[in-house]
Amino acid sequence: MESNILQANPQNWYLVLSTILFSIGVMGVLMRRNALIILMCIELMLNSVNLLLVSFSAYAGNSEGQVFVFFIMVVAAAEVAVGLALLVSIYRNLATTDIDVLSKLKW
Amino acid sequence: MMMDNLLELTKLITPATLVPLFPLMGFLIIALFGKQLNHVSGWLASAMILVSFSLTCYLFLNLPDNKDLNFELWQWMKWGNVTLSFGFLIDHLSLIMMLVITGIGFLIHLYSIGYMHHDEGFSRFFSYLNLFIFFMLLLVMGNSYLIMFIGWEGVGLASYLLIGFWFKNDAYNDAAKKAFIMNRIGDLGFLLAMFFMLFYFGGLDYLTINEAASGIELGSMLITAITLLLFVGAMGKSAQIPLYTWLPDAMAGPTPVSALIHAATMVTAGIYMIARSNILFAMAPHTMDVVMWVGVATSIFAAVIGMKQNDIKKVLAYSTVSQLGLMFAALGMGAFESGMFHVVTHAFFKALLFLGAGSVIHAMSGEQDIRNMGGLAKSIRITWGTFLIGTLAISGIFPFSGFFSKDEILANAYNGHTLVWILLSISSMITAFYMFRLFFLTFSKGFRGTEEQKSHLHESPWTMTVPLLVLSIFAVLAGFWGLPAVLSDNHMFANYLAPIFAESKHILTLHAHLDHPTEWMLMGIATLAALISIGLAYHFYIKSNLLPESDDETKGITKWVANKFYVDEIYDKVFVRPIMLLSDLFYVLVDKLIIDLLVMATAWIVGFTGRTMRLVQTGNTGLYLFLMVIGMMVFMFIQLVY
Amino acid sequence: MSSQLIFFILAALSILSALFVVFSKNPIYSVIWLIVCFFSIAGHYIILNAQFLAIVHIIVYAGAIMVLMLFTVMLLNLNKATEPHKPLLYKFAAMISGGLMLLVLLASMRSTELGSYNAPAYTESGYVQNVGMVLFTEFLLPFEMTSVLFIAAMIGAVVLAKKEVH
Repeated sequence: MESNILQANPQNWYLVLSTILFSIGVMGVLMRRNALIILMCIELMLNSVNLLLVSFSAYAGNSEGQVFVFFIMVVAAAEVAVGLALLVSIYRNLATTDIDVLSKLKW
Repeated sequence: MMMDNLLELTKLITPATLVPLFPLMGFLIIALFGKQLNHVSGWLASAMILVSFSLTCYLFLNLPDNKDLNFELWQWMKWGNVTLSFGFLIDHLSLIMMLVITGIGFLIHLYSIGYMHHDEGFSRFFSYLNLFIFFMLLLVMGNSYLIMFIGWEGVGLASYLLIGFWFKNDAYNDAAKKAFIMNRIGDLGFLLAMFFMLFYFGGLDYLTINEAASGIELGSMLITAITLLLFVGAMGKSAQIPLYTWLPDAMAGPTPVSALIHAATMVTAGIYMIARSNILFAMAPHTMDVVMWVGVATSIFAAVIGMKQNDIKKVLAYSTVSQLGLMFAALGMGAFESGMFHVVTHAFFKALLFLGAGSVIHAMSGEQDIRNMGGLAKSIRITWGTFLIGTLAISGIFPFSGFFSKDEILANAYNGHTLVWILLSISSMITAFYMFRLFFLTFSKGFRGTEEQKSHLHESPWTMTVPLLVLSIFAVLAGFWGLPAVLSDNHMFANYLAPIFAESKHILTLHAHLDHPTEWMLMGIATLAALISIGLAYHFYIKSNLLPESDDETKGITKWVANKFYVDEIYDKVFVRPIMLLSDLFYVLVDKLIIDLLVMATAWIVGFTGRTMRLVQTGNTGLYLFLMVIGMMVFMFIQLVY
Repeated sequence: MSSQLIFFILAALSILSALFVVFSKNPIYSVIWLIVCFFSIAGHYIILNAQFLAIVHIIVYAGAIMVLMLFTVMLLNLNKATEPHKPLLYKFAAMISGGLMLLVLLASMRSTELGSYNAPAYTESGYVQNVGMVLFTEFLLPFEMTSVLFIAAMIGAVVLAKKEVH
């Protein structure tokens, strides 16, 4: 492991990278109609934030950021479990995962 | 902790606390298990009162001389430097009232067992009676105006429940409501007086008040206001002008109720209250004059109305109002012990008269109009005899109890207020007249009722006659407790109460005692007047065989009197109608127009907003996501700019 | 320069794979590209000396979550490009929004003052020992609480996905 990696790469790079990943996630959420893909894009956004937290943790030399990442993973796992269950249930009832079909919740 | 509390509780159990506790227990048991107990409940209720009576006797015999039993049971409320506690004061004044309440109460309970035997609300009746005794005991035993007020309101409630006891009859319910509302007006006065005392004297118990009162100026505005307000309370409870109209109507209740509540005990609460506050009243000479003149006016006014009443209970009701007026006149003259003495003797003979009337009504199968009676002496001998004793007592014939107490009041009046003496003597004459009118019409001459009623005439069962006999003994003998100075130099009753009134006597500078010849003269005049009245009654209703005419034949001034001077109608026109009108007006203007409009407008605005805003909800998830992202961007942009 | 090279390769890989996730027509491909993206992010973790998280990331995301996704795709028969296309305008708007989002975020990043700490030459903050120390001392209660969250999620998932019996 190269010892000067942190000094060689300024932290701004990580900020930019995670911002780009996050925006791609947002774009995906807006563009796609398949609920499964939307769920995946949300995972992508979560991961971009995780990356940011890890980079802060590494550059600041403080482990707490990584503990937060750990908790985010826990919550993401739970979220995916419930989200997919919802998806299956929706699919069973409507035979589709298209979010535009789910427009019953209105006046 | 639990054990400590229990120990604390056991400390509270003394003969004095048990006195009101037994009627309360009786009430609770009968109220909860009345159906199962059925006719046992009457005996249970009577037994509870008998226990209370025995305990009271024990207290009476064991209370050290000039030493009051004043103890706090628990601290109730505390704020700032004001502490209100729940406590009892057992002194000579409250002991006398307790004896009267439990003693006469027991006899009337016993009487009710016979009188109410066929009523379907038998156990309900006894639970109310026990409740009444409980509150009445609370009223007289409390060591502060607050406890007295609890009892005051409680007896009002019991009275309301018992007047409307036969609640299926609307007229009776109206009478109950009338009594309650009239009393409410008085209670407001009492309440205001309490607020004044709390504010200016910093407490409500008698000791604090009396101490604080003796520190202020004689006849100052404050003390006058407080005493006048207290007197308004007494007016309501003790049926004085102008709040007396409820009492005659209260006769709608069963007769034992009329005897117990509306003759012997509750209506004397006002007199007890003034006697209890004697120091306050002694400090307010103007209030004393008001009390005296209201008493005199009520006494004469009610007596006049009593002359033309044809309902046996109504006659007695007006005589009660009249006698109460007499007592208030005594209080107003500063003759507190004479007023209390008349309370006691009146309790005996008026309870006796009411119970006798109940017995008559019982024999007549519910008939109350004396025009349809007559000649009952032969069929109901015990009732006749005891009723005669009661009538003689109230008329003031020697040596019956009424003679002594009334004579004492008249002597006090003669000694300083000659006009009052004349008026009260006239009132006593009228009383003797209408009481004997009642007696002659009921018991003498031939029977005027229907054949069916005649066949049913019978003497009452022993539970009813025994109380009559016991009460008649007291009606005869009670007067000897307070023999006038002429006959004995030891007025036991006045001496017994002397410590209570000592301080107020000191404040009031009363005239010197009458000399003996004057007393003899007054007694002679009183007896002569009563005898003249009886003679007149005899002349009219036995000799001339006059009968009160039927209602539609009554004409002129007598019609006015028979209709109670149309006071009820005047009240209706002056107070009830305007209030009705005003409430109608408010109903239309405020309720319908303003409040309803506000409420409806609020509801409409909410509904309209909801109807409009729901269109925003398209149900399109994609759109929601878009909006969410745009919102996020807007927030971040704003943060960037600022 | 080699570390910068590694960073740029990994960054390019993650951005490209993320784009493929969004633009693939077939959900299966999306899932596969997402796994690639997660691996590249794990690579970033490793060069940031966060070995523990890198391993956990691969186990949880690539190993568990993405497998779950794949199963769902298979079970629901979504492995065809069946998704009806949104109108072109809609897609355009979505891209614009995403781009705007990026712009705003970058702008706010530029205007933010970063912590002026000196980048250390070497960091041990990502070591299992150090993360474990923080996790089991300072964050012990939240850590235990996650078990409650998991139970709730588990029950919720079972209840939701169960076939309703009528």
